[in-house]
Amino acid sequence: MIRKSLIVITAFFFCGSAFAGNSDDSLQVKGSDTMVNLAQAWAEKYMEKNPNDLIAVTGGGSGTGIASLVSGTCDIAMSSRTVKQKEIDLAQKKGVTPNEIKVALDGIAVVVHPANPVGKLTVDQLAAVFTGKIKNWKELGGKDAKIVLLSREVNSGTHVYFKEHVLRKNDPASKEEFAPSALMLPSSQAIADEVANNPSAIGYYGMGYISAKQKALAIAPDAVAAAVEPTIDNVISGAYPISRPLLLYTGCVPQGLARKFIDFVLSPEGQQIVKETDFVPVK
Amino acid sequence: MRKFKEFIIEKLILICGSASIFFVALIFVFLLKEGLSLFKTVRLGAFLFGKSWYPISEPAELGILPLILGSLLVTAGAAVISVPIGVGCAVYIAEIAPGKVKEVLKGGIELLAAIPSVVLGFIGMVTLVPWVKNIFHLPTGLTALSGSIMLAFMAMPTIVSIAEDALYSVPRSYKEGAFALGATHWQTIWRVLLPAASSGILAAVMLGIGRVIGETMAVMMITGNSAVIPHTILAPVRTLTATVAAEMGEAVVGSEHYFALFAVGIVLFVISFAINVTADLFLHRERR
Repeated sequence: MIRKSLIVITAFFFCGSAFAGNSDDSLQVKGSDTMVNLAQAWAEKYMEKNPNDLIAVTGGGSGTGIASLVSGTCDIAMSSRTVKQKEIDLAQKKGVTPNEIKVALDGIAVVVHPANPVGKLTVDQLAAVFTGKIKNWKELGGKDAKIVLLSREVNSGTHVYFKEHVLRKNDPASKEEFAPSALMLPSSQAIADEVANNPSAIGYYGMGYISAKQKALAIAPDAVAAAVEPTIDNVISGAYPISRPLLLYTGCVPQGLARKFIDFVLSPEGQQIVKETDFVPVK
Repeated sequence: MRKFKEFIIEKLILICGSASIFFVALIFVFLLKEGLSLFKTVRLGAFLFGKSWYPISEPAELGILPLILGSLLVTAGAAVISVPIGVGCAVYIAEIAPGKVKEVLKGGIELLAAIPSVVLGFIGMVTLVPWVKNIFHLPTGLTALSGSIMLAFMAMPTIVSIAEDALYSVPRSYKEGAFALGATHWQTIWRVLLPAASSGILAAVMLGIGRVIGETMAVMMITGNSAVIPHTILAPVRTLTATVAAEMGEAVVGSEHYFALFAVGIVLFVISFAINVTADLFLHRERR
């Protein structure tokens, strides 16, 4: 108990000094590539209204953002996954207590080439495909062709989310992994391009990247339920099974500019921007 | 006063001269310090010969055998393509090409060296990858072969310029002697010049390979990055360099994954050091 309160006190102390070190009107926001466009849009709108404040947004991946938050090189981390226990431990060692704010939702679309006859899959089938248990489109009612798996690199929050929620079905004891033969592509755009060119490829990414060159599969939560298309309405209602929260993390209870920015993000205006960038508002 | 000036300048130049060695030493010490921490928890054998690379799982599996083999396969493929073309090109420039053609060729090769690797990677992704896929009827064109072809372009300038120097440094009398004995131009090149310049040419090849094995951006874009032990050159591979580049951003500082990436760095350092030393040995043998 004493130790815990000590941590809180030191955390408070470090927070205070960290904030004193930064100039009041500049804010560094860093992290998830999925959220960069969204945060950029927020920052632009916010700076339009508050011309004296400066908000800089950079990407790099959710892990990069959280690592920067811990090392003190950014004020707000964007993350498309929740912070890991390991990262919390490390943060507390450095006197930072990650504080989580849910700012939007994102549906993860599973995409194939438009000419692929397969139009829907269950979550179980999806897991079997990405772990390499199903290797041919024939087994899913498609053509006789080897399935080419496309995944994001391990620094992507989307990769981690997909592994934990689709491959491992939220079971922390599960040891399922992406098939080693899965191609690891460096960006969502690279997956979109490869799917558009390759009739036997299957990949996944945030809903915002869907275009006419790819076909998004309808996903059924289990074998008896109906398959659901990845649309904004279905994500809000919770019917689409693969959606995740998009989060902002601050190093302690947000104050000053960070507080103002987060209030703006959660305001109706900020949530309208969420809709415009093809994500799903939380409010 | 003059002496004093001399002294200062000499010392300044000495510092400049030793700077690169100093930096290499610093980098190596840092690599060792970070990389060796891994072996407190992971055995060296399990790291070098482990067959699966799942760095962010609990517990993490940190076997880099597929990555080493991936790097070696891409490099070997690139060497097979670039060495004959590169050496042939050097022979043509040094022996056969008339003055104007020689200037144009040399300029072209320097330009090839100046193209940033990300540009080559991008060009490879949109042109070479679909081409490889269609020609070999593969499920995907993101393969070791695509990487090898693109890297061959990157190794060529190094191979050509050093091999050309080696050919020039063969004494004129060798060539004149061969002609005097009635040898044709080709016989002279094949039987006299190439053997005489062989150690320099080998050094050129080694340095070209050194360039290829350290290349990152282009291979990350076009080799598919799947960490499986490759059985053919038409399969996707993940290289050591691409792994470090792709994962460094995510690795939690001070975690096993982070140390493992530094250990991968040590492996790369050792490989390129060995290649450079070999090249150097060949170059020195030639001078003697």
